[in-house]
Amino acid sequence: MRVRLREIAFARSGDKGDTANVGLIAFRPSIYPFLVKEVTAERVKYHFKGICEGEVERFELPNLRALNFLLHRSLGGGGTVSLMLDAQGKTFATALLRMEIDVPDHLLDGSAD
Amino acid sequence: MNAQPGAPEALALEEASAAVGLEERPLPARAEPDGGSRVRVASGQGFWGDWQEAPKLQVRRGAIDYLMLDYLAEITMSIMQKQRDRNPAAGYARDFVPLMDDLIGDLLEKEIRVVSNAGGVNPEGCRSELGFAFADQSLPRRPRVAVITGDDLMDSLDDLLAAGHELRHMETGEPLSAVRDRVAAANAYLGAGPIIEALGQEADIVVAGRSTDTALTYAPLMHEFSWPDDDWDRLAHGVVAGHINECGCQASGGNSLVDWREIDLTLPGYPIIEAEEDGTFVVTKHSELGGRVTWETVAEQIVYELGDPREYITPDVVADFSTIRLRDLGKDRVRVEGVAGRSRTDKLKVSIAYHDGFKAVGALTYAWPDAVDKARRADEILRGRLRHLGLEFDEIRTELVWAGACHGPLAGPPSDDLPEVTLRVGVRSPDRHAVSRFSREIAPLILAGPPTVTGFAGGRPRVQEVVAYWPALIDRGVVESNVRVETMEL
Repeated sequence: MRVRLREIAFARSGDKGDTANVGLIAFRPSIYPFLVKEVTAERVKYHFKGICEGEVERFELPNLRALNFLLHRSLGGGGTVSLMLDAQGKTFATALLRMEIDVPDHLLDGSAD
Repeated sequence: MNAQPGAPEALALEEASAAVGLEERPLPARAEPDGGSRVRVASGQGFWGDWQEAPKLQVRRGAIDYLMLDYLAEITMSIMQKQRDRNPAAGYARDFVPLMDDLIGDLLEKEIRVVSNAGGVNPEGCRSELGFAFADQSLPRRPRVAVITGDDLMDSLDDLLAAGHELRHMETGEPLSAVRDRVAAANAYLGAGPIIEALGQEADIVVAGRSTDTALTYAPLMHEFSWPDDDWDRLAHGVVAGHINECGCQASGGNSLVDWREIDLTLPGYPIIEAEEDGTFVVTKHSELGGRVTWETVAEQIVYELGDPREYITPDVVADFSTIRLRDLGKDRVRVEGVAGRSRTDKLKVSIAYHDGFKAVGALTYAWPDAVDKARRADEILRGRLRHLGLEFDEIRTELVWAGACHGPLAGPPSDDLPEVTLRVGVRSPDRHAVSRFSREIAPLILAGPPTVTGFAGGRPRVQEVVAYWPALIDRGVVESNVRVETMEL
C-alpha cells in the first residue's frame, strides 16, 4: 500500500550551521530493514529538491532502528545568517515524513513482529 | 535580575570573598533515599531562555544530586560578547542569577550541586552578581561558587594566528585570517577537567563559560565515581547521558511526535539521569510532574543534531552512538547501556562568531479572498520598489506563511481559498543603509498595495546584525594550559 512515511516512522530534526539533520526512527523493529532499503540518500535528496542545495548523507543506527540524514546547504546559510522562517530546520522532520512510499501490508499491520 | 554591580563594589566583594579562603570542611553527605550508589543529574535548562520553573521543580519535587543548566548554543557567545562590549559587567546568562537566588536555600539544605555554563563570556561577572544576590540571604552556610576561565580566546587570537594556528573553518577550510577583523567572539569548548576540579574544590555552584554541553552532565559522574579519564566506554555513556540532558524537556516528551496529544506538558518533568558506577544509566523524571520518558522520547533526543553517529566527538572521548542500547522499563524509566567510546583527539573545537553584515525581515498579512495572490502581488511591488531605489542585497527571500513557508514545494500548491496568508520578506546585505531602507518599504504597502492587509502592529522591521558562525579546531595544549578554576565563598 502506498502511504506516507509518517505511517511507519517518526522523526526529529535540527541544525548544524547550514546543514539540517533528520533522524528517522521506525515505529517497530520489523520496519527498519525496509527503511534501510527504500529511504536512500538519493531518494531523500530528490524529495527535498528546491530545499536541499547540497549533498545528502545517510548514516545507519540499527540499534535505534533509525537512519540519520544530513542535508547539506539547506538552511539559507544557517544560524543568524539565514532569512528562513525555519532557519534551524526544526520542521524538516515532518517534511521528510511526507514522503510517499509503497509499503508491504504485513509491515503496516504489525503482523511481522 | 538584580541591580548591576558597579565595578568598584564588585571588586570589593571579590576581595572580601577571597579573604575568606578555602578552609577545610567535611564533604557534604548526599541524600540517597534509595540507599544505592546511583548519582542523579537533573536537567534544568536546555538553552538560554528555557522555562524558568523547570529547575525549581527539579529541586523541589523529588530527589536529585546535581542540577545541570545548559545555557549556550552556537551563537549565544556572540550575543553575550556584544552585551559585554556595551557593559563590562554583563555577558553571561542573566536568568541564572535570580534562579540561583530563589533556589540557593534549597540547594544547600538538600546538598544539591549546580553545574552550569551560565558564565558565557564573563563568568567572573556572573559570580559577582551571585554574590550580591546571596548577600541578602540568611543561609545555613555561605555558598561556594567556582568560576572556570580560559575558554575565551578573544584576547589571544592574534598571538595564536601569529604562532601558526590558522583556525581554518571546519567545513570550508578557509583560514580565519579571511575574517579576522570581524571576529566578535572566540571560545574553545572545554571538557570535564575543570568542572571536576571545581567539584573537588567543594563548589556548590560551578559557573563555566564555553564548557561543552554534555560535560555539564558527565563531569559530575566522573567526579562522583572517580572514573579514570581514559575509561573510554564509561565516558561514552556519560556523553550519551549529557546529550540526553542538554536539551531539557526534548528528552522527556517535549517536541515529541509520538502521541504528542496525550503528553501533559503543562508542568513537565525535565529529564533526570540516574547513573551507576559502571557508566550505565536510567533516564527518568520526577513522577509527580508531567512529560513522559519512553523509548521513543529518548530515541528522538539521541538523534537530535546528530552527525556521524560513530563519531560523536567531545573534548574527553569520541562516543559511538551506533552502540547505544535502550530498554524501556516502563513508568518513565529508560535504561541506557552498551555505549562504546574511543580515545579523545588532540584537538579542541573552537566556536568563533564574526560580523557578517545586516538583515531585516518584514511581514504583512492578507485576508480572503485570493490571499495568496495578494501576497504575491505585494511581493512583486516591493521588489520593484527596491529596484527603483537601486538597492542591492546578497539575498531577498520571500516566504508565504500558512502557505508552505516551512515545507516549501513539499507542501504542494497553496489553496486559493485560504482564510489569510502572511507575506514574509527578508533581506541581507553588508550595507546597513540598504537594509534600513528596506525596513521602511513594508508599511507603505498597507495603503499603496493590494487590498485587505493587516498585521503591521509591530512597526518597522528591526535591522539585525548578522553574526556568522566559524567552527575551527585548535591544539588542546594551547588552550588547556590557560584554564583556571577558582572557588570562593560568597
